[in-house]
Amino acid sequence: MAEEAGMFLVQQTVGSVLCCKCGISMTPNAANMCVKCLRSEVDITEGLQKHVTILHCPECETYLQPPRTWIKAQLESKDLLSFCIRRVKNLNKVKLVHAEFIWTEPHSKRIKVKLKVQKEVLNGALLEQSFVVEYVQQEHMCEPCSRAQANPDQWVASVQLRQHVSHKRTFFFLEQLILKHGAAASAIRIKETDKGIDFFFPSRSHGLKFVEFVGKVAPVKSRHDKQLVSHDQKSNNFNYRYTFSVEICPVCREDLICLPPKVKSSLGNLGPLVICTKVTNSIALLDPFTLRHCFLDTDQYWRSSFKSLHTSRELVEYIVLDVEVVSPEVTIGGSRYALADAQVARLSDFGKNDTIFNIKTHLGHLLSPGDYALGYDLYGANSNDDELEKYKGLVIPEAILIKKSYEEKNQKKRGKPRPWKLKSLNMEIDDKGRAEQEKVDSEYEQFLEDLEENPEMRFNVSLYRNEEYQQPSEMASMTDGEDLPSVPLEELLGDLELSRAEVGDSSMRK
Amino acid sequence: MATRLQFENSCEVGVFSKLTNAYCLVSIGGSESFYSTFEAELADVIPVVKTSIGGTRIIGRLCAGNKNGLLLPHTTTDQELQHLRNSLPDQVVVQRVEERLSALGNCIACNDHVALTHPELDRETEEMIADVLGVEVFRQTIAGNILVGSYCTFSNKGGLVHPHTSVEDLDELSTLLQVPLVAGTVNRGSEVIAAGMTVNDWTAFCGSDTTATEVSVIESVFKLREAQPSAIVDEMRKSLIDSYV
Repeated sequence: MAEEAGMFLVQQTVGSVLCCKCGISMTPNAANMCVKCLRSEVDITEGLQKHVTILHCPECETYLQPPRTWIKAQLESKDLLSFCIRRVKNLNKVKLVHAEFIWTEPHSKRIKVKLKVQKEVLNGALLEQSFVVEYVQQEHMCEPCSRAQANPDQWVASVQLRQHVSHKRTFFFLEQLILKHGAAASAIRIKETDKGIDFFFPSRSHGLKFVEFVGKVAPVKSRHDKQLVSHDQKSNNFNYRYTFSVEICPVCREDLICLPPKVKSSLGNLGPLVICTKVTNSIALLDPFTLRHCFLDTDQYWRSSFKSLHTSRELVEYIVLDVEVVSPEVTIGGSRYALADAQVARLSDFGKNDTIFNIKTHLGHLLSPGDYALGYDLYGANSNDDELEKYKGLVIPEAILIKKSYEEKNQKKRGKPRPWKLKSLNMEIDDKGRAEQEKVDSEYEQFLEDLEENPEMRFNVSLYRNEEYQQPSEMASMTDGEDLPSVPLEELLGDLELSRAEVGDSSMRK
Repeated sequence: MATRLQFENSCEVGVFSKLTNAYCLVSIGGSESFYSTFEAELADVIPVVKTSIGGTRIIGRLCAGNKNGLLLPHTTTDQELQHLRNSLPDQVVVQRVEERLSALGNCIACNDHVALTHPELDRETEEMIADVLGVEVFRQTIAGNILVGSYCTFSNKGGLVHPHTSVEDLDELSTLLQVPLVAGTVNRGSEVIAAGMTVNDWTAFCGSDTTATEVSVIESVFKLREAQPSAIVDEMRKSLIDSYV
């Protein structure tokens, strides 16, 4: 430019001309007409809708966007503004510069929006004009609300989750997972049954979404069916009820499994006795004597669906008399293990007789003499298992230790409140007898202890701070050598509670 | 007096006619009403000549002239040249110019004393202008546009220029031309002044779209309200007077 070249530039002041229509003095523009004359000449809002009708569902506070979507929006919110702008036809012919609400009485069923638009007119002059669009709000119930009104218990899809085991650990964990991910947010009803939970959804797609969610977190096998409810002959519309039957694999964490020969050879001769260490949508198996591990996919598992030899209900307590670490500590699949020779005795035998077992264990890094551990008593067990029969000449160890036990300390803590708590799903529970209820309670307590002991389990669970818990006084807490594993405070989520004062404040602002 | 008229439904009167103090050129149109308007106004005083230039009707933009002479582009045919020589008074020198920029009406704006030209006009053409038209020639731009002949028009009494001309430019041009200048529009906000109207010392013709405001501006700057066609008095102003408004 001339300025950059250092040349002298005369200062240019813009003069004024007379508007060609009204004769008032103005700065020249592309049309050479003053703004008022230009606006009287050209109306850029011509052809734009000034009155629009919108449908509103009073039950769920949503507005209809034809043909079928309902958009949830509060009065004078950004969502409502963008919805209103979208409903004005032909708005793409002009450029929208600014939009805002004009206040109307909330019960007047009218919404007023002031829009400022720009358009090019005549010979390049850009004209800006603002105008008001009025929306008449008509009440019209949306389809799901009308269906819910007609028959509140109406469900369209149901998902039946089942697991054929005698404990409820999986369902406790699943419940927490579902809460964390909000997968059952759209469920109308949740019912607990003998071997599982039933979920009822208002539409098939919700049910399907839930089934897929479960399929991601556990190895499942599912099938679906439908049942005809009604049929419109004229328009050939069929209304069905859909049922999804989902079976979770019976193998759980800490179970002892004897692999069938085929599976054993396909996994590379992993010793027939394996421990299941982790169950997500694949099963992690660990051979405790060789410290080899492998994963089984959902498909792989269901092709050769095997059951566990012993489940965690059959765990027996042992006391560790001597530990000798044989191999160095290794990390497999995120957890540390060390192979060790151990001398253990069942707690029931300890002190009474001299029954001592010399076994190999994979918990060498955790155990020291005098510790308590939980394991499976294969010496005293009477296993009635087909798979075990198939192995001729298999040497079965007398005991397999699974985990360290904090039973003694837990005894002291039992019944005392924890600093954290869990939320639960809104389930309908069949009333069981007293004995059953005690069993369920003790299982739940064990589940909570499991959560405390395993940080990786906590990863998928939302823990909330327990307001009622008070810190025990310094005097009362006696640490006897080893601290119990507990949940660090950082992992706890604060529960969100809206106080009345806050809610009142926000409604005052307009 | 400013008259409003149309040429075959177009308001660009300055394209189809050329008006000076000594003669008026009009293009050959479909209807005679264009010609008759000029005749009604001017017939007693100056000759009104119907012509074409190079076979076209846009004569106002192709030729440039004043009372002393008339310059024609090289596209003018010999018959047209002869016709013009015959029809115009003898003191008017009719000359054909060999110039690359052949739309002389767009490139040259002149009155009887001064001319403004396109900055890229040939040297010979400039000399010819000074010679034939008897004027002082200045190379100028109007509001950044090089087609001075289109964006301004001036007579011996005043001038009208492109509306976006800055105040400094206006002062400079006014000093050069020694006439009062005003920035304005014609034909309802059109910026192409010389195409929309044509003017001499006592009368002006503009397109029928011209608003009353524009007409009043034209009449005031060209001093048409009191003007009467009188015997053209030579007013050679040798002494330089600063611009008077």
